[in-house]
Amino acid sequence: MKSGAGVPVKSFVSTRNACKLCSPLGACFAFRGIEGCIPLIHGSQGCATYIRRYGISHFREPIDIASSNFTEAAAIFGGKDNLFTALDNVSRAYRPAAIGITSTCLSETIGEDVSMYLKQYETRRGQGLCDNAGHCPAIFYASTPSYRGTHVEGFHEAIYAAVRALISDGPAADQRRVKVPPRINLISGLLSAEDLRELHAILKSFAAPYTLLPDYSESLDGPSWAGYQKLPAGGTKADDIRSMKDAAGTLYLGFSSSPERDAGQWLASRFGVPLTHMDFPLGIENCDVFFESLSRLCEKPVPEFWTKQRGRLIDAYIDGHKYCNGKKAIIYGEEDFVVAIASFLDEIGVVPVAAATGAQSNSFAHRIRKALKNTRQQTLIMDKADFAGILEAVKGGGLEADFVMGHSKGLYLARNLGLPLLRCGFPVHDRIGGQRILHLGYKGTLNLFDLVCNTLMQARQEKFSSGYTYI
Amino acid sequence: MVEVLAARQKQVLEKGRDSYALECGKASTAGAVSQRACVFCGSRVVLYPIADALHLIHGPIGCAAYTWDIRGSMSSGPELHRLSFSTDLSENEVIYGGEKKLYAALTELITEYKPKAAFVYCTCIIGLIGDDVDAVCARAGREQGIQIIAVHSEGFKGTKKDGYRAACEAAFRLTGKDNDTPVSRFSINILGEFNLAGETWLIRDYYKRMGVEVACCLTGDGRVADIGRAHRARLNVVQCSGSMTSLAKMMKDSYGIPFIRVSYFGIEDMTRALYDVAEFFGDEEILRRTRDFVRAEVGSLLPGLSEYRKDLEGKKAAVYVGGSFKAFSLVKALRHLGMETVVVGSQTGAPEDYEYLKEITNEGAIICDDTNPLELSGFILEKGADLLIGGVKERPIAYKMGIAFCDHNHERKEALAGYAGMLNFAKEVHCSVTSPVWRYSPARIKAAEERGGALP
Repeated sequence: MKSGAGVPVKSFVSTRNACKLCSPLGACFAFRGIEGCIPLIHGSQGCATYIRRYGISHFREPIDIASSNFTEAAAIFGGKDNLFTALDNVSRAYRPAAIGITSTCLSETIGEDVSMYLKQYETRRGQGLCDNAGHCPAIFYASTPSYRGTHVEGFHEAIYAAVRALISDGPAADQRRVKVPPRINLISGLLSAEDLRELHAILKSFAAPYTLLPDYSESLDGPSWAGYQKLPAGGTKADDIRSMKDAAGTLYLGFSSSPERDAGQWLASRFGVPLTHMDFPLGIENCDVFFESLSRLCEKPVPEFWTKQRGRLIDAYIDGHKYCNGKKAIIYGEEDFVVAIASFLDEIGVVPVAAATGAQSNSFAHRIRKALKNTRQQTLIMDKADFAGILEAVKGGGLEADFVMGHSKGLYLARNLGLPLLRCGFPVHDRIGGQRILHLGYKGTLNLFDLVCNTLMQARQEKFSSGYTYI
Repeated sequence: MVEVLAARQKQVLEKGRDSYALECGKASTAGAVSQRACVFCGSRVVLYPIADALHLIHGPIGCAAYTWDIRGSMSSGPELHRLSFSTDLSENEVIYGGEKKLYAALTELITEYKPKAAFVYCTCIIGLIGDDVDAVCARAGREQGIQIIAVHSEGFKGTKKDGYRAACEAAFRLTGKDNDTPVSRFSINILGEFNLAGETWLIRDYYKRMGVEVACCLTGDGRVADIGRAHRARLNVVQCSGSMTSLAKMMKDSYGIPFIRVSYFGIEDMTRALYDVAEFFGDEEILRRTRDFVRAEVGSLLPGLSEYRKDLEGKKAAVYVGGSFKAFSLVKALRHLGMETVVVGSQTGAPEDYEYLKEITNEGAIICDDTNPLELSGFILEKGADLLIGGVKERPIAYKMGIAFCDHNHERKEALAGYAGMLNFAKEVHCSVTSPVWRYSPARIKAAEERGGALP
């Protein structure tokens, strides 16, 4: 599953030290990015607990995820009763605005028809489960069998599920009227809470109404509390999701949603909202595309605040270029993220000698090659990769690198290769502040640029026999 | 009053107020956000530290990804247990069966890594898609010349406790192999000690100083060959009784080895664990050495502890852990720090365990089984706890409420067992409780205002 450098690698049937996670995980985090929404996993208790635990170590926030807690009987006779009990109990205990159900390998394998169950549930939903005004929690259902795709597909499936559940009807495309000022939809990938805050700042600066979906900038990275919050505040409001059909356009970060189940695509086909998928705004060129798209949709020039920031980024690139040009990196992670990192590294002359993703992908190699405009050296490009495979390919191919860049599970690579690990992306389990790493925008790019330069400068400093204080 | 779901009413009680026996041992209530994991998790954590075995997780990728490097279990030699292997089943295998892939995975991995044995963990869907995992394991085992054991740990087939049992059955199959290597007449096995942060080495050293040989530790710093001669030890000492009592019972039935239950946490329980072993052998020399050793250890520990106690005296603690035996030890250990336990619960306690917790706690203490974040946060507020002891899943509950936290779960990196561990425990608790950051916590400021107390 490699292309590029032609390095002989023994291929394994099994996955060794996975470089991906299962789809319900992504769905749960996307659901926590909707205001008052509690995720509910239709499967074994362990799925909810593992995913909570995985998320808590990154976000360092409470992440309550309910489970329908399948028993052996449920696996034989169906999990409908368990699901209904779970919906009742979670409604009573949490008083949520919405419940985001995800399926699992278990419920999908026994062929649970959750959509049908939910129709039955809504008609017989008990008293006391809705608020005084009679508002019952909205229910979203994301089909996320863990044997299909990765956590990234799950994330986008949940977005699709929420949009489909909240927007049922509307004028046909030819009758639609774009409001003034134009409204913007921005659908994000699985990025940090800080990234989402930066996206808010950017969107606000254009002074147009917008929907950022999902938005766990507060709900998964909130302030300290005065009293316990059942569901941490924050998240995209249901009304803002409903307004997405009236937008002047949808900007969708990344290309990981499946075309048939893409919230932006659905809004485009059903309501005529123009859709633009784009790479993560990371690196000058990707940021330019993003800001220009916003400017076009809002019919306003890019505010000076950002053009100045862009200028400072270029200034920094120049100040630091001699520390990084010609250096080599190993990068890995989810496809959209790795493609954006490759593009950024290429801008500063760092060669990604290996770029890998855990997902099976037909587009990855092409996208990486496209992102590498300046690099003349070959890059080992691997999809369906795992960490043991990446390590063997790097070692077997005699590839030399200066650093490893990606989430914290890459420590396995970094330690085995004796290289520094630059932590970014998801998850970061062995440092504090993973949820606060800024990757996006000119400012996020600057943040990563400083990280790359300073890591290389530190390595250089440590090599000197005398401790020079000017480098 | 803390709201408790109707189905869970009798899984919570307040000592002195409620007279019913605590309900426990039930499947978690659907929708209640239990802190428990699943059957697979139970098996995985128990067998995880066996460092020269291959641990292959048969199923889609999640179960393997979430348990990669999940424990702080150290090894003095091979570290095969720290790698994560999965058959990573995809849709095709779910439809057509995963046996072929399992066989290929076992063959390639055993060839590559040359383990001394292999465990194949069955996850949720394996039973459903009809894979005959035992047959694949038998075939690959014959061909590769090692024992390959199917662990029937489908996630939904019970609770974590059932996973412990499945792990014990798997480990039992490795016993009774070696009748040749000499084993001392004063030899024991330790069951349910997982060498977190090197704790097994510490405890082994204690027994060695008493003149007792640890033939095998299951499963801390575990080796397949050691387990193979475990059946020749004279006594099984069960530390994490929730997970490994069933193995002790199997070994008693099959090999006639008696067992005792102990805990290595806290001064009394650690000391009891040594004396119980010494008394079992009844050897004067061992008894004398044990007395001398305990006297020296406790003597050197107490001055350090009393330093920490000065700052901790009168503080209140909440304890929510996996096994109830650990809860017993913690209630007692906290007393040595001058701290009262006001909330205590476990994921998997038995009725008699909760009765015992009632005995050792004060009036007004909350005792709970399989609790959840909403209840736990409510109890902490209601009882004014200053500290929560639990695992990573409980940590943000404590921090968001502005109270201290001590990780006492299976993935921790601090040694908390033994006498040295007691001092580490005090240090950990002290470090968190006395941090100046709590002064800024809105929850603590509010509590201080409402109760008229001072800020921490």
